Amino acid sequence: MSALLRAGAAELAGRIATGEVSAREVTAAHLDQIAAVDDRVKAFLHVDGERALAAADAVDARRAAGEELGPLAGVPLAMKDIFTMKGAPTTCGSRILEGWVPPYNSTITDKLLAAGVVVLGKTNMDEFAMGSSTENSGFFTTHNPWDNARIPGGSGGGSAAALASFEAPLAIGTDTGGSIRQPASVTGTVGVKPTYGATSRYGVVAMASSLDTPGPCARTVLDAALLHQVIAGWDPRDATSINAPVPDVVAAARHADVKGMKIGVVREFGGEGYQPGVEQRFAEALAVLEGLGAEIVEVSCPHFDYALAAYYLIMPSEVSSNLARFDAMRYGLRVGDDGVNSVEEVMNLTRGAGFGAEAKRRIIIGTYALSSGYYDAYYGSAQKVRTLITRDFDAAFAKVDVLVSPTTPTTAFRIGERADDPLAMYKADLCTIPSNLAGNCAASIPCGLADGLPVGFQIMAPALADDRLYRVGAALERELNNRWGGGLLDQLADSESGAYLNVGGVR
Amino acid sequence: MLTPVDGARSRAVNEELTLALTPADVARLGELARVRLTEEELVHLAPQLDVILASVARVTEVAGADVPPTSHALPLTNVFRDDVVTESLPAEAVLAGAPSVEDGRFRVPRILTEDA
Repeated sequence: MSALLRAGAAELAGRIATGEVSAREVTAAHLDQIAAVDDRVKAFLHVDGERALAAADAVDARRAAGEELGPLAGVPLAMKDIFTMKGAPTTCGSRILEGWVPPYNSTITDKLLAAGVVVLGKTNMDEFAMGSSTENSGFFTTHNPWDNARIPGGSGGGSAAALASFEAPLAIGTDTGGSIRQPASVTGTVGVKPTYGATSRYGVVAMASSLDTPGPCARTVLDAALLHQVIAGWDPRDATSINAPVPDVVAAARHADVKGMKIGVVREFGGEGYQPGVEQRFAEALAVLEGLGAEIVEVSCPHFDYALAAYYLIMPSEVSSNLARFDAMRYGLRVGDDGVNSVEEVMNLTRGAGFGAEAKRRIIIGTYALSSGYYDAYYGSAQKVRTLITRDFDAAFAKVDVLVSPTTPTTAFRIGERADDPLAMYKADLCTIPSNLAGNCAASIPCGLADGLPVGFQIMAPALADDRLYRVGAALERELNNRWGGGLLDQLADSESGAYLNVGGVR
Repeated sequence: MLTPVDGARSRAVNEELTLALTPADVARLGELARVRLTEEELVHLAPQLDVILASVARVTEVAGADVPPTSHALPLTNVFRDDVVTESLPAEAVLAGAPSVEDGRFRVPRILTEDA
C-alpha cells in the first residue's frame, strides 16, 4: 500500500490506465492514509470517502468499457476548501460559512471531475485565504508533516500538508499573495501560481479579486504540470479570464533543459531577515542551474521593497468589498434574528460573531484605506506602486528569461510564534507578493533542507510564459533528485521523524 | 517596526496618515463595515492597526504624481459576451443554503425602523 502512496500522479495514472492497479485501490489507499495520519496532520476539513470511491469506480468502469482515459484519470486530489463543489460543504475556513453546501461547481471543479480526477475532500486553510500558517482557520490549525509543532504555511497549508503526508498525490490551491507557493516552500512540495487570468476564478470564494489565482500543487514538477494543463484555460464565466492558449507546460516539464537560459537573481530578496540556511540552499540551487548551462545574472527590482506595503493596502481594500457578501441574508450564519433586531443589527452581530481576528483586521484596514480623505494617499499610492513593480518586472524580463529568489525568507516557524504579530506574519509573503501585484506567473520548487526543514526556490516568469517555470523547475528538480537519490519528501518518508507516516522503506 | 521615511513630502503625508487610531475610531470603522466588535477586540485591534497602517504608509515614498495607477494586472476593459439565455439554478437549490426561508423566498429581518 505504501508504494501507491509514494508514487506520483503521473505514475499512478499510468498504472491505472494499464489496469495494473484500479482507481478504487488507489483511492482506498489514500483514504486509509488519511484515516491513519490526519489526526496528527489535520490537513482535511472534510473527507467524503463514499463519493471518492464512487468517482474512482466510474473511472474503472470507463476503462473496462475501453474508453481512453485522460492523463490524470483516477488520481486522488485534495481540494482547498475555497473551491465550490456541489454537495460538499465549503467553508473557506470560516465559521460564517459553516455547514454551507454550494449548489454549483467551480469551473475548476468541473474540469477536474471531467478529467476523472478523484476528489478526496476539502482541505484546511486560513479563513478566507488570509494568512501564512492556517492558524487563522476558524476550525483548527494544520501541522507541518516535517515537524508537527510547526506551521504548514498558508493559506493553503492543508493542501500542502496533505501532499507532504502522502494523503494525496495532487492538490489545488489559490494564490493571492503566496498562498500556494509559501506552503509549498515550507512543506517540501511543488506549488505553482499560474499567470493571473490563466485559471478561472468562477466558483472560487473571492478574497482579493485582482490578485486571486488558482493553481496546482503536487510532489513533482511534472505532476504539477499535468494538473496545470487540466485546470487552466479560458472561462467565459470569469470576466478576467485570459482568452489565450495554455502554454505546453507538460512538454516543458519533460524537456527540463535550461541550457542557454538567462536566470536573474533578484538582488533585493536576501540579506537581513533571511535565514542563513535558506540563503545557502538558494545559492547552491543557483550553482546547480549554472552547472546545467544557465547563465546567472544579478538583477535589481528596486520597487519590490514596496510590494508588501502596497499589497497590504490593495488586498484589504478588495477584501472589505468582497466580504460584504457575507451579510447573513442568503447563505451562511445568521445571528440575532429575534424578530426585533433590524437587518443592519443582524448583519453587525453575524459578522462580528462569524469572522475571525485576521478577517476583521483586514476588513477594517480596507474600510479605512478606502474612506474619503485617505483614499488617494493609501489606495491610490498603492496602485501607483503596483505600476512601478510591473515596470521592474518588464525591465528585468527584457534582460532575463526568468527571475529567481528564495520563496519565503525562513523555513517553517513554530505554531504560535507569529500569531499575535501581524506584521511578522505578513513578512512570510515578502518574495511572493510582487508576482501577484504584476500578475505574472511564479512557482516554488523544493531545493533542500535547512536545520531539517524544507527550503523553497522561487521561479518567476513573464505573464503567459508559465512553461518557463516548469522548464527551470524540472531541470532543478531532476539534478537535485539525482544528488539526493530521490525527492526531498522521500527523505521525510524514510526518516525517523516521518516514521508516523508509515510509508518508509519502499524505495 | 516603524519604517523610516525619506523626503519632506512623504514625511508630511505620513504624519498626516499616522494619526493614532483610538478604539472609538475602530468601533466606527467596524460599524461602517457592519462588523460588531467587542470592547476587548477594540482595545486589541487599535494599536495593531496603527502599526500596520504606519508600515504600509511607506507606499507614499515612491508614488509620485507622474506614476499612473494600476488597478488590475490585465489590460481588460468592458468584457462582453453574447446575451444568450442559459439555465439558472433552481430556486430550491439556492434557498437550501439560506438561514431563513418563507414562501419560497429569503426571509430577512425587518428593513425599516419604527418611524420610517
